[in-house]
Amino acid sequence: MSDAVMPSLSVTRPTPSPPWGAWGLRTAAATYLLIFIGVPVLVIAIQGVRFGPMEFVQSLIRPEAFSALRLSITTAALAAAINTLMGTLTAYLLVVYRFPGKALFNTLIDLPFAIPTIVTGVMIVLLYGPQTIIGAFFQKSLGIRFVYDTPGILVALLFVGYPFVIRTVQPVLLSLDAHQAEAAQTIGASDWMTFRRVIFPAIRPAILTGAMLSFARSLGEFGAVVVVAGNLPLKTQTATVYVYSQVEAGNIQAASSVSLVLLAVAFGLTLIAERWLGGKSHA
Amino acid sequence: MRDLSPRSPITWALIALVVGYAAVLFGLPIVTVVASAFQKGLDPIIKTFKDSSVQHAIFITFSLAGIAVIVNAAAGLLTAWVLTRHQFPGKRVLDAMVDIPFVFSPVIAGYAMIVLFGRGGWLAPTLFPIVFALPGVLLAKIFVSLPFVTREVQPVLASITPEQEHAAYTMGASRWLTFRRVILPEIRTALLYGLVLTFARAVGEFGAVAVVSGSIQGYTETATSFVFRALNDRNPSGAYSVSLVLMIVSLAILILLNLLKHRLTARKG
Repeated sequence: MSDAVMPSLSVTRPTPSPPWGAWGLRTAAATYLLIFIGVPVLVIAIQGVRFGPMEFVQSLIRPEAFSALRLSITTAALAAAINTLMGTLTAYLLVVYRFPGKALFNTLIDLPFAIPTIVTGVMIVLLYGPQTIIGAFFQKSLGIRFVYDTPGILVALLFVGYPFVIRTVQPVLLSLDAHQAEAAQTIGASDWMTFRRVIFPAIRPAILTGAMLSFARSLGEFGAVVVVAGNLPLKTQTATVYVYSQVEAGNIQAASSVSLVLLAVAFGLTLIAERWLGGKSHA
Repeated sequence: MRDLSPRSPITWALIALVVGYAAVLFGLPIVTVVASAFQKGLDPIIKTFKDSSVQHAIFITFSLAGIAVIVNAAAGLLTAWVLTRHQFPGKRVLDAMVDIPFVFSPVIAGYAMIVLFGRGGWLAPTLFPIVFALPGVLLAKIFVSLPFVTREVQPVLASITPEQEHAAYTMGASRWLTFRRVILPEIRTALLYGLVLTFARAVGEFGAVAVVSGSIQGYTETATSFVFRALNDRNPSGAYSVSLVLMIVSLAILILLNLLKHRLTARKG
């Protein structure tokens, strides 16, 4: 190869790589991503529209499908909102303050990433189920039923979506230039003013990305929800549980429209998150 | 503005709120699962794990997760390399594709496999059974855990300066030797972190597996599918015992991740 001619110059040159080798690596990586990710996405996209627009709309406005989608979107949005609020607060306190038990707390935040979601479901049923102390208390005195009802779905989604905002905001807070905040305080800004005017604008993109990921995760959640909510059509059946039930029942087509809607929402969110964080995401 | 001692009572109140919230959300449930599993002593737990279908479920859960880790480690490393070191048309699209499993519901991914390989599917009949068989379970696990290795290794690869690599090449080291001696030591911790996350995700997967596997007892039923069946069959002690095992594994994973994270940040300085 020509590299051998003037070895002294190769130090400043980019990594010597024979073009065929480079293309081989690229093709291998592209094949991997296309097979494992591109194909399922394409299948859902084609399957959703291949029966025509009439069929697509008709299967979406079936009461079971419509109600499942509505339940999923509302609970996921509510969970994402709470997770965003609590997550931002948690990240801020974790970075700025020192308090006893902080290291342990910081470790436990990742628990929802590590724990199987079906175990999350089992935990919630055990804790808030009708036969437990907490569950019975809420049902008798407040008339709120967690398990086999919407509040249980919400608790499950709060659990699985908790770490996202924290883990996107924390690194940005850590990398913030401390001088600005200190300068603001020196000229007499209160803690709240400093947060609102200096810190918040800097972490806003990270908050939005975390919120998006938390929402997408909640929308797609299945294990925890199916255990906690049961599977009652029109009542506690979420979109993913609906798809699961239809596939189990052999109604392949019925699942396709709802799947396509979920896919489209997830895609829209990725594109938006991509814009805000320049393709960097962490989960 | 870092690691301050909280002064005002409002700050203390906010810390108490956040820690209390997390304790109710995570702490209490963990304690409850442990307490419930041991509620009737050790006998129901022992009985559960003597059941051969439970043993099989746990075996395939961990072994298929292991295979998923190997596949995603090799291919994920390659992907991270290509995405950081190469310039080519379509690179941005490939990069964006890596994140899709984070936002794509696993149930839908399972459904896509049924559409492709199920009875009357687009690619059916396949050479060997995929849906309602172990290859389908493996595919599901690979899909859901795909992004982690790439996403953990990518930033570290991007931060390595090429000088050392060039020095190694100049001294006549082969590409493989350069990778092993120069690059691998740099990315080792990040790679390990990615592998642990991949394993955790692959072990815990339920939605995609539930759709694709058909949860056939003693064959395609995984640990998570067993928990689901045990709950439906009114076998709570079975569900709690296997949940307990899965929870202990995930707590161990959490501790491991934490140790690795300390090593990662120590490296960054």
